[in-house]
Amino acid sequence: MNAEPHTQSMMAKTSPLTSGGQPTLDHLAHLYREMLLIRRVEEESARGYAEGKIGGFLHLYIGQEAVGVGALAALRPDDYVVTTYRDHGIALAKGMSARALFAELFGKVTGCSKGLGGSMHMFDKEHHMLGGYGIVGGHIPLAAGVAFASKYRQDGRVTLCFFGEGAVSIGGFHEGISLAALWRLPIVFICENNEYSMGTPLSRSMSVEDVSLKALGYGMDRDRFFADDVLEVERRIGEAVKRAREESLPTLVEVRTYRFRGHSMSDPAKYRTQAELDEHKRRDPLLRARASLIEQGAPETRLEGIEKAVEVELADALQFAAESPDPDLGDLEAATYKGPFAY
Amino acid sequence: MTRTLRFREALREAMVEEMDRDDRVFLMGEEVGYYQGAYKVSEGMLDKFGPKRVVDTPIAEAGFAGIGVGAAMVGLRPIIEFMTWNFSAVAFDQILNNAAKLRQMSGGQFECPIVFRGPNASAAQVGSQHSHAMEHFYATIPGLKVVAPAFPADAKGLLKAAIRDDNPVLVMESETLYGVRGEVPDGENVVPMGKAQIARPGKDVTIVAYSRMTHVALDAAAALEKEGVSAEVIDLRSLRPLDEDTIVASVERTHRLVVVHEGWPYGGVGAEIADRVQRLAFDALDAPILRVTSLDVPMPYNKKLEQACMPQADRVVATVRRLLARGRA
Repeated sequence: MNAEPHTQSMMAKTSPLTSGGQPTLDHLAHLYREMLLIRRVEEESARGYAEGKIGGFLHLYIGQEAVGVGALAALRPDDYVVTTYRDHGIALAKGMSARALFAELFGKVTGCSKGLGGSMHMFDKEHHMLGGYGIVGGHIPLAAGVAFASKYRQDGRVTLCFFGEGAVSIGGFHEGISLAALWRLPIVFICENNEYSMGTPLSRSMSVEDVSLKALGYGMDRDRFFADDVLEVERRIGEAVKRAREESLPTLVEVRTYRFRGHSMSDPAKYRTQAELDEHKRRDPLLRARASLIEQGAPETRLEGIEKAVEVELADALQFAAESPDPDLGDLEAATYKGPFAY
Repeated sequence: MTRTLRFREALREAMVEEMDRDDRVFLMGEEVGYYQGAYKVSEGMLDKFGPKRVVDTPIAEAGFAGIGVGAAMVGLRPIIEFMTWNFSAVAFDQILNNAAKLRQMSGGQFECPIVFRGPNASAAQVGSQHSHAMEHFYATIPGLKVVAPAFPADAKGLLKAAIRDDNPVLVMESETLYGVRGEVPDGENVVPMGKAQIARPGKDVTIVAYSRMTHVALDAAAALEKEGVSAEVIDLRSLRPLDEDTIVASVERTHRLVVVHEGWPYGGVGAEIADRVQRLAFDALDAPILRVTSLDVPMPYNKKLEQACMPQADRVVATVRRLLARGRA
């Protein structure tokens, strides 16, 4: 339980992946690279969308990278992750390749979901990425079911379930969280509070300002903090993951963040001021991680090396996606059912 | 060898045998455990398997339907009982958007081997909100399979097939059938989905039905026999996949088709069958395909009006008479 829920986090005091109580430079550099990859993937996605290479809805993770990267750093590779349609960053942080992601966005058969899912449905069985889901709140009971299976089999795995604060008002949130608390399931519910559910600010969508208060009614542990520092996200989510793994207890964690882009590509975000956006951009967790690396003595050349490597990975993934073939009409029925098509 | 079992006992045997065979299978729903089942289908199962595998839930259909889907996705094989299918309406999103679509939208990476089951359609004067024939909604959805047995042997055999299937399967039972007795084969008797059966052979007209309406169709056929009309009754057993071969073969012999089901006349399983038969056997038809459905209103409470709304044998008989009166077109 967080004693000071409104306190903006400072540097992590301890981290699961630290030596001598201080985060190692290598670990922070690794997280910086992941965050940067997501940022650049999302910027290229926006470009691909503008160029007509990506269709449908596109919800970018720019500004929120520290949530996914920090939270997933607290997991074991065999732990499960379930999230919403704003899923690119989470999928990459869970281990999906940029190739599989771009190919999916371009609707290609080499995409993670063979080009059948699209932006909102990033699945990667090998990395236990159980998908992005397009119906707000509908994936929350599903995620509880994944955790139910872990408890049933006693496999020691933890499930992370991400959603926005816009999902907190719908029934799926209540039923999923209520059952997870009742059955003490090994799951961490992470509310990425980016202040707007599409164009509606939290003040007009919820009767309380503190989303984590919702946990009280379920007798569930809770936490609440800002995502400015990726290491702090890792540490705080790590506490909830530990509680889930060792005591089979769920936690509701409200991570306060901000998306720098609109809800989706069709949203010019006229409901907020430039000053507000600028204020959040000054707190950009990605730039903060970079500054922190420099402060801790990482040479500029090392960071430039990371940045170049990300560009190389990106260029390779974009080329791979562009050159990949479309799926065939014949792939559809085979993907719909295991075994013969039921008609 | 066979034994006489009630419909609910046949369903229970299917679940018990499959849970003995495969420890990934569990039963979850409202009142399935300590209460012994709202309709006693799961009676005794909590004692046999314990609360880990016979899981009582609060009243939260969307929640526990979703729990089942998530558990299925990572390798368990849940049986989710709805106290009645009426209540699945609040879990419709879980079935439509998650269970049915998971496999395709993940590019075939994830399976959803789950069974949803419970009583469907009308019971006895339970009013408009407890009398829905929900199979029409679900049978339209690619990614799902839907079965609706009429006899205990098929209830057991189809439920076993459903539990073993790697896709989501919806089993439509009937409160008014739970006490019905029938012969059930001993031992392994897995009834394949997508195979209809001829419940009564005949030559003048084909009556297609399923679930409780198969019994109504058989009553109608018995009445028609007294008038010298030989009606063939096809018990579909499975709605998706649908055994169009058996229907078409029968229509090619009888040249006339009546479809009987509960639920409203706008769209639905009967309309689907009419579409397929006119496409596949147009030249065999001597008359239009007629449907006997529930009337096009919410189900009333009043007993007389309720009975009037439901398909009854006399309405089926009258419909067959209309059909035969046309002669060869």
